Amino acid sequence: MNRPASRHPAPGVSLATLGARQLARITGFDLPPERRARLLEMGLTTGAEIQMIRVAPLGDPIEIEVRGYRLSLRKREARGIRVACL
Amino acid sequence: MSAVEEPPQLHRKLRHIAIAGNPNCGKSTIFNALTGLRQKVGNYPGVTVERKVGRFRGIHGEPMSLLDLPGSYSLQVRAPDEAVSRDVLLGREAGMPPLDAVIAVVDASNLERNLYLVAQLLDLNLPMVVVLNMVDMAEKAGIHIDVEALEAELGVPVIPVVATQGKGLLALKTALSRESLPQPAHRPPMPELIEREVRLLAEKLPAKPRVAFPEALLLLTLHDRVLEDLAEHNPETVDAVHAAQERLRAAGIDPLCALVEARYEWINTVYANTVRKPAKRKGLSFSDRMDRFLTHRIWGWVVFLGAMTLMFLSIFTLAQIPMDWIDAGIHALAGWLGHHLPPSQVRDLLVDGVIPGVGGVLIFLPQIMILYFFLGLLEDSGYMARAAFMMDRFMSMVGLHGKSFIPLLSSFACAIPGIMAARTVENRQDRIATILVAPLMSCSARIPVYTLMIAVLLPGTSALVKAGMMLGLYLLGIVTAFLVAWFFKKTFLKSETSMLLLELPPYRKPSLRSVALCMKERAGLFVTRAGTVILSLSILLWALVTYPKPATPDTSRADAMAQSYAGRMGRVIEPAIRPLGYDWKIGVGLISSFAAREVFVGTMAIVYNIDGAEKDAGSPTLRDTMRSELRPDGTPVFTPLVCIGLMVFYVLAMQCIGTVAVVHRETNSWRWPVIQIALLTTLAWVGAFAVFQGGHLLGFH
Repeated sequence: MNRPASRHPAPGVSLATLGARQLARITGFDLPPERRARLLEMGLTTGAEIQMIRVAPLGDPIEIEVRGYRLSLRKREARGIRVACL
Repeated sequence: MSAVEEPPQLHRKLRHIAIAGNPNCGKSTIFNALTGLRQKVGNYPGVTVERKVGRFRGIHGEPMSLLDLPGSYSLQVRAPDEAVSRDVLLGREAGMPPLDAVIAVVDASNLERNLYLVAQLLDLNLPMVVVLNMVDMAEKAGIHIDVEALEAELGVPVIPVVATQGKGLLALKTALSRESLPQPAHRPPMPELIEREVRLLAEKLPAKPRVAFPEALLLLTLHDRVLEDLAEHNPETVDAVHAAQERLRAAGIDPLCALVEARYEWINTVYANTVRKPAKRKGLSFSDRMDRFLTHRIWGWVVFLGAMTLMFLSIFTLAQIPMDWIDAGIHALAGWLGHHLPPSQVRDLLVDGVIPGVGGVLIFLPQIMILYFFLGLLEDSGYMARAAFMMDRFMSMVGLHGKSFIPLLSSFACAIPGIMAARTVENRQDRIATILVAPLMSCSARIPVYTLMIAVLLPGTSALVKAGMMLGLYLLGIVTAFLVAWFFKKTFLKSETSMLLLELPPYRKPSLRSVALCMKERAGLFVTRAGTVILSLSILLWALVTYPKPATPDTSRADAMAQSYAGRMGRVIEPAIRPLGYDWKIGVGLISSFAAREVFVGTMAIVYNIDGAEKDAGSPTLRDTMRSELRPDGTPVFTPLVCIGLMVFYVLAMQCIGTVAVVHRETNSWRWPVIQIALLTTLAWVGAFAVFQGGHLLGFH
């Protein structure tokens, strides 16, 4: 899971591709450990259920719901979060 | 209860307690409710983290000292600056007594993520009380928490509280007043391989047994840049940590990621065993309905611009009333003293130095209080996070952060509160870049200078043209700020890990009490941090324009100024400013306004010998005198190019000693204020030079 995306892509689609109100479950990450740890600490762990809420008016960042709270992150990170739609 | 059995001397021993919690969990409300107004705000030595301590008494009158730890989602250390909380909790922060207990505040309606910090705190093995705050909000949302089950799972006392209504605070005080505070019954499980490495490492550390395990755990999760620093550059420790990390990585384990995942797995179990939650609601919550409108593509911006306009209108119009009072009061006091005291140097010092200096500080208080009133409301209601959410894309174009927006916006009123507001930007590089460019936002102290120079440049022109010029000056500052920020973020302040992780809390009714407390605290910081410096420099500048005294008492003020130290300094710097088209008189203005820009207008009035009521920025007398001022060769001094150049100079120059003092405090070094002065003064000089010489080359004059 720590390796670059090109060699071992995690399963699923990227979080950035979800439409508004879409529910999904995190399946893995294509991010270096330092960035991944920051997301993990905010509760974005593998297996966690998330919901896409909205995209900011200027197209970035996005707002998601995870573990009962709302979190905003940039698409750059969202692209590295693999999810399976529910 | 057990208080009766306790020996009385134990009662009186001061207990040191720290309070920790996520942002938005209501930690400050609890801190304020416990300590009231008995608070002291300062900085930790050596770092830029704010240190807030308050006092309160337990149920039997036991004295307690409560330390407010910075609100944070995690205790993980990613920069040396962030180590303070860990150091305090581990009892190794210099000059701080070891803690007797820690209060962990969690938001009951957002328990899952809040428990992450609790898991980290449990690893520290300190006596702990968990405060389950906002239980009313959770109940309203249908979230039911079994407090007894939660106590059993966490192994520490859990106290339900509604801090805004003061409910449960007595139970909290009772828990903290118990004669012995027990350590957690157990700590969250961690992967076996990691636990083994932590134990191995702990044995090698010189720390005390209680501290060794959490210390080893901390070191194991650090990356190299921070590790050297926190291992106190002990090569043996660093090597041992590296070896342990290598062994784990060889087994396919990233220590930090694996630990976080294990903690959340534990949280999943705790949550499932203690919380009953309704099935996901179909309808939209109140916050959702608000956000549909407030972050809408069109309406979102309408509300945003409306809110900002209202804030600035209030700052510039509402504040004018108390500012006039302060101004009148200061003048009346100076006049009264001037009239009643016998003529002496002490009288001159008081009347012309100290009192205007104090006035120069106090005059900004109304604006700062109103600014903080609005910032407090926006923050407390949850709207501030939405503003950062909407602005992040825009700010990220120059490498800044959505959260940098508020400090920069505040700087239009005054850079000092703006720079203090930059604390909300977590990433150090982003924060320094924000601080660096904050003074380029045209603050209210520039308005008198702009007004005067526009009047000299275009007397009698329409208000619309004047407003357009004013807008142009503001835009010049904004564009320069973004360019400078972009340059620094590309070079010296490059940060790899800068990412946006912004919580959007539910909207709530702001608490006027906490807004008022914040206003009081910030106003106090402004007076102590900036005020003292502005005052001392005002006195120094008064001395520079007053001494040496003219030989004959009937010398005009302009002539006295000419041969004063300031006048001489104006001549000394003349060669440096001649390429900008300035003469020594303008030089005196530049020097005297180094402490505060608005002083320029008053100095010009003295230099051109204009008295009393006529020395305002809008006064025709000063304007006309300046317009008719001639050089020795008979050409006017204030040509259009000189006027525009001067305005450009004031847009870009650092001319504010209060800002210098605050930047020093906030970055905890002289490096950044010195870089900032050098950079902005150079920019100002180059800008004015480009206008004057470029204009000449293009055939203007």
